[in-house]
Amino acid sequence: MLSTKSSHNWRRQIFIIFVYVLLGIGAFSMIVPFVWMISTSFKSLNDVFVFPPQWIPSPAHWENYPQLFQLFNFGRYYLNSIIVTVSRMAGMFITSTLAAYAFARLRFPGRNILFFMLLSTLMIPFAALLVPTFVLMKNLHWINTYWALIIPQGLGAFGGAFNVFLLRQFFLTIPKELEESAIIDGAGPFRVFWSVMLPLVKPALATLAIFAFTSAWGDFLYPLIVTNTDNMKVLSLGIAGFRGLREGMTQWPLMMAASTVSILPTVLVFLLAQKYFIEGIAMTGLKE
Amino acid sequence: MKLSYRHQQWLWGYIFVLPVMLGFFIFMVYPMLHGVLLSLYRWNGLGPKEWIGFGNYVRMFHDAHFLKAVWNTVYYTLGILLIGVPAALFLAILVNQKFLKGKKFFRMAYYLPVVTMMVAVSMLWKWLLSTNNGLVNYFLGFIGIPNINWLIDPKWAMPGLILMSIWKGTGFNMIIFLAGLQGIPKTYYEAADIDGASWWHKFKSITLPLLSPTTFFIALTTAIHSFQIFQQAYILTEGGPQEATTTVVYYVYNNSFQWFRMGYACAQSVALLIILIVATFIQMRLQKRWVFYA
Repeated sequence: MLSTKSSHNWRRQIFIIFVYVLLGIGAFSMIVPFVWMISTSFKSLNDVFVFPPQWIPSPAHWENYPQLFQLFNFGRYYLNSIIVTVSRMAGMFITSTLAAYAFARLRFPGRNILFFMLLSTLMIPFAALLVPTFVLMKNLHWINTYWALIIPQGLGAFGGAFNVFLLRQFFLTIPKELEESAIIDGAGPFRVFWSVMLPLVKPALATLAIFAFTSAWGDFLYPLIVTNTDNMKVLSLGIAGFRGLREGMTQWPLMMAASTVSILPTVLVFLLAQKYFIEGIAMTGLKE
Repeated sequence: MKLSYRHQQWLWGYIFVLPVMLGFFIFMVYPMLHGVLLSLYRWNGLGPKEWIGFGNYVRMFHDAHFLKAVWNTVYYTLGILLIGVPAALFLAILVNQKFLKGKKFFRMAYYLPVVTMMVAVSMLWKWLLSTNNGLVNYFLGFIGIPNINWLIDPKWAMPGLILMSIWKGTGFNMIIFLAGLQGIPKTYYEAADIDGASWWHKFKSITLPLLSPTTFFIALTTAIHSFQIFQQAYILTEGGPQEATTTVVYYVYNNSFQWFRMGYACAQSVALLIILIVATFIQMRLQKRWVFYA
């Protein structure tokens, strides 16, 4: 009796150690590449090829960072990314909350058909629209403009239907009584939406904001299609451009400095608003 | 009073959905239909269009490069589905253990790559996978594996991309699996414990069947997402070596904007769309066989 119990404990101890070791190895391999990226960004081109690898660069080459902005148009890329991301998010907020509320609560002819059509676009990958999108933007004379980079996503095209869907689900969970009392007091649909409903979906908006931010910040294929001048490049295109600068040897330290600077905002937002990220994914994952 | 609110609803309803519907028709429906139309022409993007009917589609099926791109994409997608998805489930089960301390840390660590910009991360992995000075080969060296020519050898280039994508995406699927695991009622496990069931038995008879809706959702979204792989191929390998990482979207991109075969590229886009829609429907059908809704 005693011996089975202790052998059971024994196996349990081994299992616990096993779990920690595996998770530890996993976490290590997730984090170490970032450490290596930062470490490389402070090295000179010669230090990069030292073997065995040096984790803490000595001396630290801080000048790699200012060089990014001096040798390349990096500041402009950064500014473009900020402009595009902020504008897209603002547009997305306005248009998808309005639409989501209408689809959830307002009754009007054709509502369900429109909603179904909108949802079916989630099946269309942007990759299937490369040429016609380019032709459309050319005909609108929007190539190399902020309009092209902002308007479609601001109006919820290319995946924005998902935000409408999520917000609609959220509006549906809010009890009708809250609206009804406002309606009896004589408020019109816009007042009901603005002063009663919108404040109630703030948590959902926080989650959407974070996702909208990371997806707009990292967007690549779309800007690649609609812009081609250096001044209109967003950050992702700017970094991809460094890939071509292959004069004999790849400038790893500068590239890693560029990568570090460009992932910094999303990582900061993630560390500060972790809760919303994790809850948000659980929310999207459980939408079935 | 009530009636007037109803009519107000009509008016405001249309006003509220107008911006999104405009975006939908102008930037999605119209380009899609236009793309289907363009796929019936030979066109270099500037000159006159020449009607060739289904010529582009016929050509596609005889184009060894296109077929290779389809195969590469299938290879990549299978790699993610068969290695990445089980890895995410495995990690979720580990993180879900009751005794585990530092859950928050592990969740954060695994999710960190997900929030980072794909292009920046691709650049980082180009460096990590470099043959002589890459960190991946350095660590593999510790367990006695000789240097691998990750991005140079046609055999290893695609596994390199798969490795990177799993690193980038596993955290996302893990969190969804975790939510699914936490939705399984504890009573099932308690009943199994009383019967003296082994952990394998519990996994096979409780966890897997009750988790199958989540697994289905993850498998479907991951497959659709993986089939559109582009950035990794663009940054890490530029489709090479010897077309080993030329994926469908990468090939469409080259046809459109490098070789200016716009009509032909549109036909490939339509094919991509059809493949994705058909795959979705097949998975929806199969779902009835193996997904168990409690």
